Amino acid sequence: MSTIEMTYRDAVRQTMVEEMDANPDVFLMGEDIGRYRGTFRVTEGLYDKYGVEKNDFIVPGIARRVVDTPIVEPGIVGFAIGAAMVGLRPIVEMMTMSFSILALDQIINHAAKIHYMTAGQAKVPLVVRGPGGAANQLSAQHSHSMEGWYAHVPGLKVVAPATPACAKGLLRTAIRDDNPVIFTENPGLYGIKGDVPEDREFSIPFGKARIARQGTDLSLIAYSRMVHVCLAAAEQLAERGISAEVVDVRSLLPLDTETIFASVAKTHRAVVVYEDWKNGGYGAEIAARIAEECFDDLDAPVGRVGGLNVPMPYSRVLELECIPNADDVLAAVNKIA
Amino acid sequence: MLFIRHFERFSERAYRQGKAGGYLHVYIGMEALAVGWLTQIRQGYDYVITAYRDHAHALLLGSDPVACMAEIMGRRGGLSRGKGGSMHLYDIPKGFFGGWGIVGGHTPLGAGLAFASKYRGEDRVTLNFLGDGAANAGVFFESLNMAALYDVPCIFIIENNEFAMGTRLEYHAADTELHKRGYPFGMKHERLDGMDLLQVRQDAKRIIDWVRENQKPYLVEIMTYRFVGHGAADNDQTLYRTKDEVESARQRDPIALLMDYLTSNNLMTREKIEAIDAETEAEAERVYEEADASPHPDPSEVYDDVYSDMTPEVGH
Ligand SMILES: Cc1ncc(C[n+]2csc(CCOP(=O)(O)OP(=O)(O)O)c2C)c(N)n1
Ligand SMILES: [Mg+2]
Repeated sequence: MSTIEMTYRDAVRQTMVEEMDANPDVFLMGEDIGRYRGTFRVTEGLYDKYGVEKNDFIVPGIARRVVDTPIVEPGIVGFAIGAAMVGLRPIVEMMTMSFSILALDQIINHAAKIHYMTAGQAKVPLVVRGPGGAANQLSAQHSHSMEGWYAHVPGLKVVAPATPACAKGLLRTAIRDDNPVIFTENPGLYGIKGDVPEDREFSIPFGKARIARQGTDLSLIAYSRMVHVCLAAAEQLAERGISAEVVDVRSLLPLDTETIFASVAKTHRAVVVYEDWKNGGYGAEIAARIAEECFDDLDAPVGRVGGLNVPMPYSRVLELECIPNADDVLAAVNKIA
Repeated sequence: MLFIRHFERFSERAYRQGKAGGYLHVYIGMEALAVGWLTQIRQGYDYVITAYRDHAHALLLGSDPVACMAEIMGRRGGLSRGKGGSMHLYDIPKGFFGGWGIVGGHTPLGAGLAFASKYRGEDRVTLNFLGDGAANAGVFFESLNMAALYDVPCIFIIENNEFAMGTRLEYHAADTELHKRGYPFGMKHERLDGMDLLQVRQDAKRIIDWVRENQKPYLVEIMTYRFVGHGAADNDQTLYRTKDEVESARQRDPIALLMDYLTSNNLMTREKIEAIDAETEAEAERVYEEADASPHPDPSEVYDDVYSDMTPEVGH
């Protein structure tokens, strides 16, 4: 498979372009995604490519397939759900996933339940995507990791890719999926580069984890940006002669327990790492599954590293305290090693 | 006004120099609005709430400028000891209730503040500031309805600077006369100018007096303009407006308008104004330096104030 190097941001954008080109039902909605090109520039160039008027500041009107919206997250998601129920395939960009909190009712109480409540009469092929997690001093109201909240909800699918290739493969699957999908990016990942398959049909099925690094002594299990934190920790452990395997979960719901359990069966030790608040975050679910199903394989209790249980503080000094880093992973490893 | 402008220039400097991070939104171009309104209330008694573009509001209500700048820099000497940052300034003893980052999210809080003062039989007025972009939020309409339903003394003040981040008013609002949004709730409403300080003050006094007297809500839309980017990270304004447009808005720079008024009516000489300008700039610089001398919070402070009476479970 021939590949090309690109950033995570470009991988997300290119996938949207390929799918919009392939299917006229795919369209984008979001705040400042069109004329302004997206706050993280993920939608750069798409307004011009799919727009009806170029570089026009004065005359109102929407570009048909790249829809600039008011700042009304519940309205945007509800609109998209309605359009999806009759066969369009909206991709909604949340400027940050923190703002999807406003749309929780539409996502949880509407999108996630429609297929069930209509006994399959209506489908909701909707993607809600955008950056989740902390960035750099965005403080308490703008730094949420939402994936664990959504992965609690039957009827939703939730993915959190860590690399450009995973972003590409999973986004294609998300857009083609007939169910509502939450696609979590991360501000810290947009700039990272990686090799991405060029094939316009390249996709990654949901519910398939990835071994990001092979190892034999313990398993570090993570998703999204924390995969990179685990890789850094694994590098340091290697210097100490400890071989850590890193499992990139990447799909939270459905969850690939098979790959996770196989890794634990091999290494006999596991630490689950997630950026969300430690208390009740999705890593707790993964840790519980391992404890439930792999009891005989485990040589130590399942370790867990999560974000501190506090609203995200603004001060960089305090913020860095809150977000898990490689040292925190090493400390958790020491506890069970 | 001059001090606010200089303070904001130093806020931007703090961001450029990496002393402030995250999102930082300054009030340059909009000064007459907050100055006009906040000088007409009973300071320390009336309630004020706004969004994240909040530096001017805090300064005008008498917050210590060093504590404001220290908060912007995330220092221990800040109004919230570095926990809030630029978007989240609060000084509740002075009647300033923030400082909120979710567009539209604070508007019902403001109505609730007003409800509480009415409930207690006080004659406080609440000034509830929001942006033109926030005026589309569902929760804003909910707030208007409830404020009118319960006749609470709340003045909703839409600071219409014609943009919601990179989106022009015409592209985000189906009817750009935002004051009309009071109409369906039977609320008094009007559109006013926000650049001519003397006019703003007169309007503010008239409306504040009416609300205090009648104990009913009011909606005002005040036309203003931001001369700078949406936030410190807004690095390409050409995506949503032309240089000419900004230039023509600058013709009504609120500071220049006031200076012209003062000089042409022989109330103050150019020299005197220039001296004040230099003085306030030096003062803003002193504030900047003093704030910068404030230490960063100690990592152990991270758990303080999550609850009023307990500490959350600690550790990763
Ligand atoms: C619910 C929500 N969605 C999106 C954002 C991101 N955002 C921050 S400010 C802003 C523009 C708001 O414009 P306006 O209300 O006109 O206020 P102004 O910045 O012009 O003062 C946006 C979209 C947010 N903070 N909250
Ligand atoms: Mg605005």
